[in-house]
Amino acid sequence: MSARHLAEAVRSGARSARSVLDEHLDAISAREPEIHAFNVVLTEEATAAADEIDRRVAAGEDPGPLAGVPVAVKDNMCTRGIPTTCSSRILEGWIPPYDATVVERLAAAGAVMVGKTNLDEFAMGSSTENSAFGVTRNPLDTTKVPGGSSGGSAAAVAAGFVPLSLGSDTGGSIRQPAALCGVVGVKPTYGAVSRYGLVAFASSLDQIGPFARTVSDAALLLEVISGHDPLDSTSIPEAPADLTSVLDRGVEGMRIGIIEELSGDVLEGIAGDVRARLGEAAAALEAAGATVETTSVPSTVYGLSAYYVIAPAEASSNLARYDGVRFGLRVDAATSGEMHSATRTAGFGDEVKRRIMLGTYALSAGYYDAYYGKSQKVRTLIVDDFARAYGRYDLLLSPTSPTTAFSLGEKTADPMTMYLTDVCTIPSNLAGHPSMSVPFGVGDDGMPVGVQVLAPAMGEPAMFRAAAVLEAAAPPGAAA
Amino acid sequence: MTERITRQDVAHVADLARLSLTDDELDAFTVQLADILDHAADLDALDLADVSPTAHPLPLVNVFRDDVIGPTSDRDEVLAAAPSVEDSQFKVPPVLGEGL
Repeated sequence: MSARHLAEAVRSGARSARSVLDEHLDAISAREPEIHAFNVVLTEEATAAADEIDRRVAAGEDPGPLAGVPVAVKDNMCTRGIPTTCSSRILEGWIPPYDATVVERLAAAGAVMVGKTNLDEFAMGSSTENSAFGVTRNPLDTTKVPGGSSGGSAAAVAAGFVPLSLGSDTGGSIRQPAALCGVVGVKPTYGAVSRYGLVAFASSLDQIGPFARTVSDAALLLEVISGHDPLDSTSIPEAPADLTSVLDRGVEGMRIGIIEELSGDVLEGIAGDVRARLGEAAAALEAAGATVETTSVPSTVYGLSAYYVIAPAEASSNLARYDGVRFGLRVDAATSGEMHSATRTAGFGDEVKRRIMLGTYALSAGYYDAYYGKSQKVRTLIVDDFARAYGRYDLLLSPTSPTTAFSLGEKTADPMTMYLTDVCTIPSNLAGHPSMSVPFGVGDDGMPVGVQVLAPAMGEPAMFRAAAVLEAAAPPGAAA
Repeated sequence: MTERITRQDVAHVADLARLSLTDDELDAFTVQLADILDHAADLDALDLADVSPTAHPLPLVNVFRDDVIGPTSDRDEVLAAAPSVEDSQFKVPPVLGEGL
């Protein structure tokens, strides 16, 4: 059942929030040991929250647009009184003294948080294999990865544990796992959703967004979490657009460009079955009245290189705060300097260490211009190329991921191979633009394929209209 | 083209980042970081002389608020999350010790 229908049923009194919750907790009990989507399932807290929703409905109150809807939250968003680990030993046991703004907004909309989901440590990874607390498995084939870094949130929705979840996306960490798990995943315009209480990875790229099984449910959740927040100085002051009311408007007359560089032979490794589904998606948009043609956005091919300098550079600075002084792990030593090193060495996993060192190197004297400075200029090229493309097109299209879900362990030995899975999703983050992944049939292996719809800043309404058309036209997906 | 990152470079940045690496880790990270930086060498083909850098997707401006008192974090709750506290302050090992 969709989140919209569940919320309607709870608001009208047709169903109790408690019965909705119990049904989802049963689904979690049945398959969570095999999937490991969650770092923690909050059975007691969720039960109390559901009972409170039912009490309010009985008293004639309206608990909000997500009344009684179970949601899962990626474990890098702060939850007051509930551990927030980022799937890292360095934060194990830390209990935040405040809620992230998105967590407050979920509660204010009547949602029931059922758990915190697993991720690649500090959201650094593309397979959820970098978690200090064990891997998450793809519910559609448990020998495959769910993608990452928000793999737990994607798997929780795909497995039917929750109808909605929140992830964060720095270089594709919502869209890529959404594609690999066959669900809808949205990275909103930078600044559309408050980052207050999201543990920082790369602050100029990070953005929170929704996972859902339908485009309509993703729109509903995005509307709930969007909007200005005085606690995030990069939060956009303008009121967010209404998405629900435009969902059925179609794409008649829209101009849509398929990004040549991310969809064909320019880059190695865009699989044939993924290209075939993209072609069918383009045909579906054309059949619905859009003009679709292939177009060049040349600098997008440099996105990956620029990103793997910029994101680690920002991370090396952001993660300097884990020093064993104010929160989290401390490994005692004779001096403060030795304590810092001992704590960070024991607390961070290899991928996090790799990125901290890469970023430190890219920012260090003598290398700053060659790496960080150059990457920032490439970021300008990408922004300018997108601006030119959006002068001619309302939306752009590409695959979300070059391939369907890969096998557990397949890419862990070689970091660069893993990074290449983000090649299609990174450009939107560098530009601060919205984009989303919509499931569109399956690949040769029967696993889901995602099509990425890209839009200019604040272009969510048109993006969701195209996504709704794709959803309606999509061939059958994979069955969980 | 910049010179390839060396084992000594990696040891240096690990020290700057307050990370201690074993010899084996140093070897592995040197190879991996070099691979990643090699990939970034594709940027060398671009003419970027007249391109200005972008640090952030939004035109950032200072954000001011009215100077009014609002709710703030509870001191005891914040201190409760710290590994070591004394007299309402974070407690750390000696900063000035042997070898510093």
